[in-house]
Amino acid sequence: MKVYLKIWRQKSAGVKGRFMDYVLDDASPEMSFLEMLDALNKKLIEKGEEPVAFEHDCREGICGSCGLYINGKPHGPEKKTTTCQLHMRSFKDGQTLIVEPWRARPFPVIKDLIVDRSAFDKILFAGGFINVDAGQAPEANAIAVRKERAEEAFDAAVCIGCGACVAACKNASAMLFISAKVSQYALLPQGEVEAKRRVQRMVAEMDRLGFGNCTNTYACEAKCPKGIKVVNIARMNREFFKAKVGAQKESLTTGGLA
Amino acid sequence: MIQLDAKIPDGPLAEKWTRYRQSARLVNPANRKKLEIIVVGTGIAGSSAASTLGEMGYNVKVFCYQDTPRRAHSVAAQGGINAAKNYKNDGDSIYRLFYDMIKGGDYRSREANVYRAAEVSNATIDQLTAQGVPFAREYGGTLANRSFGGMQVSRTFYAQGQTGQQVLLGTFSGLCRQIANGTVKMYPRRDVLDVVIVDGKARGIITRNLITGEIERHSAHAVVLATGGYGTIYYLSTLAVNSNGSAAWAAYKRGALFANPSFVQIHPTCIPVLNDFQSKLTLMSESLRNDGRIWVPKTKGDKRHPNDIPEEERDYYLERRYPAFGNLVPRDVGSRAAKERCDAGYGVGATGLAVYLDFKDAIAKQGKNAIAGKYGNLFDLYQKMAGENPYEQPMRIYPAGHYTMGGLWVDYNLMTTIPGLFAIGESNFSDHGANRLGASSIMQCAGDGYFILPYTMANYLAGEIKTPRIPTSTTEFEEAEKAATDKIDRLMSLRGKQTVMSFHKRLGKIMWDHCGINRNEEGLTSAFQMVDDLEKEFWQEARIPGTSSELNQELEKARRVADFFDLARLLIRDALERKESCGAHFREESQTVTGEAKRDDEHFAYVAAWEYQGKDQPPKLHKEPLTFEYVELKERSYK
Repeated sequence: MKVYLKIWRQKSAGVKGRFMDYVLDDASPEMSFLEMLDALNKKLIEKGEEPVAFEHDCREGICGSCGLYINGKPHGPEKKTTTCQLHMRSFKDGQTLIVEPWRARPFPVIKDLIVDRSAFDKILFAGGFINVDAGQAPEANAIAVRKERAEEAFDAAVCIGCGACVAACKNASAMLFISAKVSQYALLPQGEVEAKRRVQRMVAEMDRLGFGNCTNTYACEAKCPKGIKVVNIARMNREFFKAKVGAQKESLTTGGLA
Repeated sequence: MIQLDAKIPDGPLAEKWTRYRQSARLVNPANRKKLEIIVVGTGIAGSSAASTLGEMGYNVKVFCYQDTPRRAHSVAAQGGINAAKNYKNDGDSIYRLFYDMIKGGDYRSREANVYRAAEVSNATIDQLTAQGVPFAREYGGTLANRSFGGMQVSRTFYAQGQTGQQVLLGTFSGLCRQIANGTVKMYPRRDVLDVVIVDGKARGIITRNLITGEIERHSAHAVVLATGGYGTIYYLSTLAVNSNGSAAWAAYKRGALFANPSFVQIHPTCIPVLNDFQSKLTLMSESLRNDGRIWVPKTKGDKRHPNDIPEEERDYYLERRYPAFGNLVPRDVGSRAAKERCDAGYGVGATGLAVYLDFKDAIAKQGKNAIAGKYGNLFDLYQKMAGENPYEQPMRIYPAGHYTMGGLWVDYNLMTTIPGLFAIGESNFSDHGANRLGASSIMQCAGDGYFILPYTMANYLAGEIKTPRIPTSTTEFEEAEKAATDKIDRLMSLRGKQTVMSFHKRLGKIMWDHCGINRNEEGLTSAFQMVDDLEKEFWQEARIPGTSSELNQELEKARRVADFFDLARLLIRDALERKESCGAHFREESQTVTGEAKRDDEHFAYVAAWEYQGKDQPPKLHKEPLTFEYVELKERSYK
């Protein structure tokens, strides 16, 4: 199959980028989207041109590295599918594909289709953990956890940190991402102990990093490749208000990336 | 002159680790602050080690090539994590888990290391649960277990089919906490180019910042490699495509011995190669074999739709050949059996290189919902990749390169032959012998990081408390940086026309054909020459656009592939030298009349540890004899 590609090319952060046109004659429906880009890059390299830089690793939908904005949608047209799992059979022969990086102020472009998502980690440094040292843990079965609750926690915990929720949101809100982590821990007795402190710190860091607020468009849920639900945002808001009532001031210290 | 000493503590097997901990040297908390440790890799092993060392008060610097530690390839482990909790009351114990690993590894691992891995497994489950890892649970609120390929007890803890992701995110959360506390400093997007040795001890690393291309020097009192396996040497494998063996290879070239490099596990249940552009093979967890039945048509070249092939015309070959274990035979046995059927002409699909994994009976018996509850995400994954619905027709599967049991040689301290250089998780060789049992990989990684390395590291660093901060301005760092820069310059100067990926693909094919599931002397010998020829061609014909002082993914790939040529030769050499069949290593010259692997304990009950002798010299073989005091060596039969 033949595809017409309009791909965002940008040499590095801070320089001006632009769309470049490419035509690929020998794509095939069984190729994954990234394999199609591999094929394009092969052609470019053989011509002595610079290949398109894009982020990828596991190529099985679990590491969260890949993330392209394809024809105006994060991870392309399919539901619950990462870019690496998207296949060319989802497109028509002769179709034009517009390929962009995530567009969000907290995710600046590094090169071509690669963006800097370290802001997500910074939010986790602020509180995305349970304070327990190796060696302190009680016997695993000492604390019973209701099966349904464990499953709900799991459903929130499957987030791969790809950033599609932010890219899909007109406000560049990270609330689906944060609420998934807040929910996972708030639902489990192990994490409930410090639920209040955690939600306040993570929300404060989110604000500091310039992510927008949630205005209930549900675009994040629609484009989450792991099917994380906006009900988590409602739960986070509840946790946040609970924490604010009679809250103690927390010091909002975070570590940093080198 | 290297003398291999595994430094196994005295005493009965079950008491060795306790005795070690009681007599190991300690570092007092005030001194820990003055000591620096580098950890390379942020999978389950690296992140659990780094966070635990941080909790203890050491200064830890952590490096990974990804943009964030959470993407390390541990994330893709599916099926589960073993522990000897015996929650099912079905006869499990630490000894039993130890025994299963020794037997599963076909008696090519070290008793003391394996026993310790089993011993710390229970604490690992406690730790992960306390960190909020949402393992599957029973209605009563206790943790659920399932049985897993090749084991007769239910000891596998799991989180649907994405246990690795959940465990990794658990260990990553601990790392986040230490980064926030300031005990761990994170350096993402770095490739390790070399390990720096000062006065015989590992004292630092040379890295390349993958965004700026800057070459950096980092020093520490000890260096830990947690860099995973080298299965991408086959190009197509279940690994993340950027996984690589370069850091371990750099350590090898600096004097660390590389053990059993040819022991590579070929996983029996992966989505087969569907087209020529394919860039990786996706694993379908072997937990699927608990409910799925594997078969091929009884007639060669039967092109009917699988649903149209009646029951009596199907050959459930694993159930036929191995009635005791059936579809649950260990991975190596399952892989060879699939290859045997396909080579004999019974394979299915367009290429004939696939067998069926069928859930028809399980769905009829347990209902679609029960099956979806256990394997939902795997079924979805299969449908996305293969474009077929596995609830309605059998999956097509085929073996693929998966896990490397071989790796850097380490002693009981998990220290390589270079003092101060440790290797943990998949990057070492110590726990899985010639074949790894399912659900024991992340178990080993977390055990190494949380409960073993923190003790053995203290034991080493106790002798370093008077060593001041290691300067990076010394000639050793200078020399290592120059060697790394020279290699990059040499790669950038190539003016050929072919992509690095095309060379990687060709190397992978050589290795898969001649040093894959089956090996023989003739094939291995010819592969050696093919690798040499391909390498020569690479150094003339490869093309890397752009410059080295920017983000350059082609350069990253080229460095890794250049190392893989060397590593490939070591694999082949090791496979040639080991004339027996054992575990995943199947030498066609050494098989029983029924086609099973034939071990030769008299001549090959040793660890083959290779020492680098220079680029143009063959490496030197050191043999660590394996003695079995607690386990009787038996033929590994699953019939």
